[in-house]
Amino acid sequence: MKKLLLAALLGASLAGLGAPAVAATPKDSLVVAKNIDDMISLDPAEVYEFTGGEITTNLYDGLVRYDADDTTKLVGGLAESWSADPAGRSITFKLRKGVTFASGNPVTADDVVWSYARVVTLNKPPAFIFTQLGWKPDTVATMVTKVGEDSVKISYDGDYSPDFVLNCLAARVGMVVDMKTAMAHEKDGDLGNGWLNRNSAGTGPFVLKLWKANESVVMEANPHYRGKAPAMKRVIYRHVPEPSTQRLMLEKGDVDIARDLGPDQIAGLAGNDKIKVETYPQSAVYFLSLNQKSEKLQNPAVWEAMRWLIDYQGMVGSFLKGGFEVHQAFWPKGFAGSLDDTPYKLDVDKAKKILADAGIDHLDVTMDMINSAPFPDIAQSIQSTFAKAGIKVSLMPGTGSQVITRYRAREHELMLLYWGPDYMDANSNAMAFAFNADNSDDHYASSTTWRNAWIDKDLSEKTVAALKEPDREKRLAMYKELQLAVQQHSPIINMFQNTAQVALASDVKGYVQGVTSDLVFYRNVEK
Amino acid sequence: MSLSSPLPPRRGLRAWLTSDTPASRFQARLGRYYATWRALSSNPLTLLGLAILLALVLVAAFAPWLAPFAPNDQDLANRLAPMGGLHPLGTDQLGRDILSRLLYGSRVTLAIIVLVAVISAPIGLAVGTIAGYFGGWVAAVLMRVTDIFMAFPRLILALAFVAVLGPGIDNAVIAIAITAWPPYARIARAETLTFRNADFVRASIVEGAGHWRILMTQIVPLCLGSMIVRVTLDMAGVILIAAGLGFLGLGAQPPTAEWGAMISTGRDYMLDQWWVAAMPGIAILLVSLAFNLLGDGLRDALDPRKRRS
Amino acid sequence: MPARFLRRLISFALTLALTLFGLLAVTFVIARVVPIDPVIALVGDKAPADVYAAARAHLGLDLPLWQQFIIYLRDVLSGNLGSSSTTGNPVLSDIAHTFPATLELATYAIIVGIGLGIPLGVAAAVWQGRWPDHLIRVVSLFGYSVPVFWLGLVALLVFYARLDWVGGPGRLDIAYDYIVEPWSGLLTVDAAAAGEWDVFWNAVSHLVLPVALLAYFSMAYIGRMTRSFMIDELGKEYITTARVKGASEARVIWRHALGNAAVPLITVVALSYAYLLEGAVLTETVFAWPGLGSYITQALFDADMAAVLGGTLVVGASFVALNIFSELVYAWLDPRARMK
Repeated sequence: MKKLLLAALLGASLAGLGAPAVAATPKDSLVVAKNIDDMISLDPAEVYEFTGGEITTNLYDGLVRYDADDTTKLVGGLAESWSADPAGRSITFKLRKGVTFASGNPVTADDVVWSYARVVTLNKPPAFIFTQLGWKPDTVATMVTKVGEDSVKISYDGDYSPDFVLNCLAARVGMVVDMKTAMAHEKDGDLGNGWLNRNSAGTGPFVLKLWKANESVVMEANPHYRGKAPAMKRVIYRHVPEPSTQRLMLEKGDVDIARDLGPDQIAGLAGNDKIKVETYPQSAVYFLSLNQKSEKLQNPAVWEAMRWLIDYQGMVGSFLKGGFEVHQAFWPKGFAGSLDDTPYKLDVDKAKKILADAGIDHLDVTMDMINSAPFPDIAQSIQSTFAKAGIKVSLMPGTGSQVITRYRAREHELMLLYWGPDYMDANSNAMAFAFNADNSDDHYASSTTWRNAWIDKDLSEKTVAALKEPDREKRLAMYKELQLAVQQHSPIINMFQNTAQVALASDVKGYVQGVTSDLVFYRNVEK
Repeated sequence: MSLSSPLPPRRGLRAWLTSDTPASRFQARLGRYYATWRALSSNPLTLLGLAILLALVLVAAFAPWLAPFAPNDQDLANRLAPMGGLHPLGTDQLGRDILSRLLYGSRVTLAIIVLVAVISAPIGLAVGTIAGYFGGWVAAVLMRVTDIFMAFPRLILALAFVAVLGPGIDNAVIAIAITAWPPYARIARAETLTFRNADFVRASIVEGAGHWRILMTQIVPLCLGSMIVRVTLDMAGVILIAAGLGFLGLGAQPPTAEWGAMISTGRDYMLDQWWVAAMPGIAILLVSLAFNLLGDGLRDALDPRKRRS
Repeated sequence: MPARFLRRLISFALTLALTLFGLLAVTFVIARVVPIDPVIALVGDKAPADVYAAARAHLGLDLPLWQQFIIYLRDVLSGNLGSSSTTGNPVLSDIAHTFPATLELATYAIIVGIGLGIPLGVAAAVWQGRWPDHLIRVVSLFGYSVPVFWLGLVALLVFYARLDWVGGPGRLDIAYDYIVEPWSGLLTVDAAAAGEWDVFWNAVSHLVLPVALLAYFSMAYIGRMTRSFMIDELGKEYITTARVKGASEARVIWRHALGNAAVPLITVVALSYAYLLEGAVLTETVFAWPGLGSYITQALFDADMAAVLGGTLVVGASFVALNIFSELVYAWLDPRARMK
């Protein structure tokens, strides 16, 4: 019997030893480890999530776009040139010649007109980027028109600066879809929506091969791409939710890029010459907001005291190191019109005095937050510094869906969350942090202002005025003024702006990431 | 202790306890307990388990005096400190003393165990004895409900309840208790079935005692023995499920020092600061092992077949 | 005899249907009262009011609860488990994809668990109270006591990160992915059938750790139960009789005693297998294993009703089926049960 046991044990351990466990990623493929559980859609008219957004960037082109060579410069994508007519509220685009979709179909003005109308007709979450231009299902046909075989004219309703309109067109919804291919797969009048969630029909450097939810995404090089053919035949996203596992797999050579490493994992990689770390400033702002539905949070003294009770520097100097910097205004640093002053720091005595002057001796509040990094650590730091001034915080951690459910219903008290701009114009965040047209319960808006039940008529009007201001310098100054007002007197406390730290195998070259979550480019990658 | 002091044969407490001819019911019962204790204490592993659990209770009671720091005191400048020196087990990602958090965490663990036992055992006992005693459609309904709950994936059911109730220790306890009772119901029913037609129960019925009285005074006490064994054995599982909930972020909310949650945050630092996750893991292992050792010993000691031999 | 067997079969089928119905009803209520808005997972954080309302109507959430349940039941009976709102796939195809991953883990784990657990249990019973018994007791109680997610992390750290003996998280290295066309969904089976031995060995190297962990747990359980059944049997008179008649000790132990202990053991093994099939959520989390357990969990927290219900249904059904199977085998093998 003992022999039998020994044999069994030996067998079990040999099975482990005998297996070939060493594996490098294939030479012509790039393997990216990332948490991709946010993905819902890959249809340009619907995609609104971080991972889905960056993938579609590599599958499609818009008329105009931000591209790998300079991620901060708006360049022509499918459009060769364009001319704006601010007085006539229109822009006319001339299409690049000889561009074909991955299917081989040529790109025509009809594809552009159809793609734009499609976004408005489907009316998925990001459709507002277009509908705010005055495009409605019944008017879009007259506002987006073909004016020749290779030119398209778009008009808009409102005194918008052409810069703003171009930025809207460069967003995901502006990507041009191969009409013939998509319509060939239409089902129940969905304009190909179902099919485009699992396939691609674009002009980008890659085509979608496979998406297995919470498992992997595979893109392959597009043989018809208009630019230089990508060196990577395949780009594979592998769903790895744990940052420490991502790091392990990178160190083992099982993946080429790890996207979600925390500051401590990055620090742990120092000294490993097979791995390099690249840093890309990002555009998401992290904030703490106070729901004005809660009476105890309506006192401006509470807003002010809390601003002095956050250990901004302590966090950025320790567990947020390298991944975040202190930024106390709603429009991110590095973008035109940002307010970069950081007047607030941890000052418990000052906060105590503010509270005492206002006659507040203690406060019990709850804080909703997403239960994944970096929120739990930020929340616990805030909890401990708030406690020093007699503010007792109970944490209410939950998954993204859980937290947002309460946020939408305005049931929270404090909310710890982040916000990424929808397009690269200060108006995007001004609309979220300063503007609120109607604070009533049945007037739902996804803005930070409405969801915290905060309304400031003056700031709302100023936001509208800034959008219409034709003079660029004046316009940017107006946004700074808005940011200053929100920074000093609002129930929204902006704290940080993030930085992406990407760890790559040192032989990977040409990976490019821009300031927004969409701007991730694989077409220049070599290894 | 008087129990172990040498006494003349056939006289004194021990003789009285081990007497073959007890003079009273009381003496017989005490004698049974004594025999059980003898069987328990003869097994060193069982004693080890008992000792660990006693230590757990003491640590939980005296945590404020034993812990070198307050469990939630942060020191960002001194985060992830290695073991030794001021912090014998190092510090976590917010610079909190891991030893102190472990010591305070024993309170959470103990609270969960006690509450789950107090909630789930009576439910199972009630369902099982009622089903076994009355039989018929009552049993059919109750046991079908039990089967449905048995068929649920246990952790997933607990997860679902926590999702409904919201995270937190009290809700975790409720969720675990809801998933823990069905096996108790089955055991209690099986035991009840063996007693239902026994002479002493029949006698009570003839004497005109009510059903509830018979249940409470005759059936339930007889089921208690096997119930205690099963609950003790299950407590290890409860600790693991509670830790699993904590690991998935659904148990105790931060900053509460709960061992499972401590592992969960520690896993991000496994590669460089292994102690952050290792220490709470060892704590869970120790306590859960202690319950298993004790439960296993209890089972052997209370097993009537074994006592006969 | 066959008539009685048939009657028994019918009653089991009724039990199965009733239990599954109850399971669905409970799950349905839970999934509905979870304070998570299923629409959010579908339209995201920033959806405007009209988009949100359209998606809500599309999910049928504007109907009364009982009506939703009836619609769901009708769909289930016609073989339609609905579509997952988070993955966008039909739930059935998601399950067809995730269940084999769990099945592969569980099956290897139970085989190893039986292979080690029964000999250990027999050894413990034969040498009851002596050092092999104590040793085996400690080893198996340790298996009961260790938090599996923690041991998994430690094992990954040691055997994958430091020693490089086994494959890492996931079912395959990326280099071996998409080579074998899935047929059964069990990677080892598919790879072997296709003759792709590189893929096979890679799949094995990824299986070793999670299987070892789960097998340890079931070994502990099966071993303890074997011991206690064997002690029972070895104390019975027929064993003494057999010994007196001059049967060899090995024959007495393995054939007589274990032969009889095998009857209740079947229930234990079935229960243990069912437990593994429940989808070891935590093991799957630690090893990034795309199994049913993590599928249900993920769905739960996005309030993805259809997926939660479908997943629970499959798990519940396999549990009940195994239970019934073991009862049938029990009835067939056990003379006393047969007499009743």
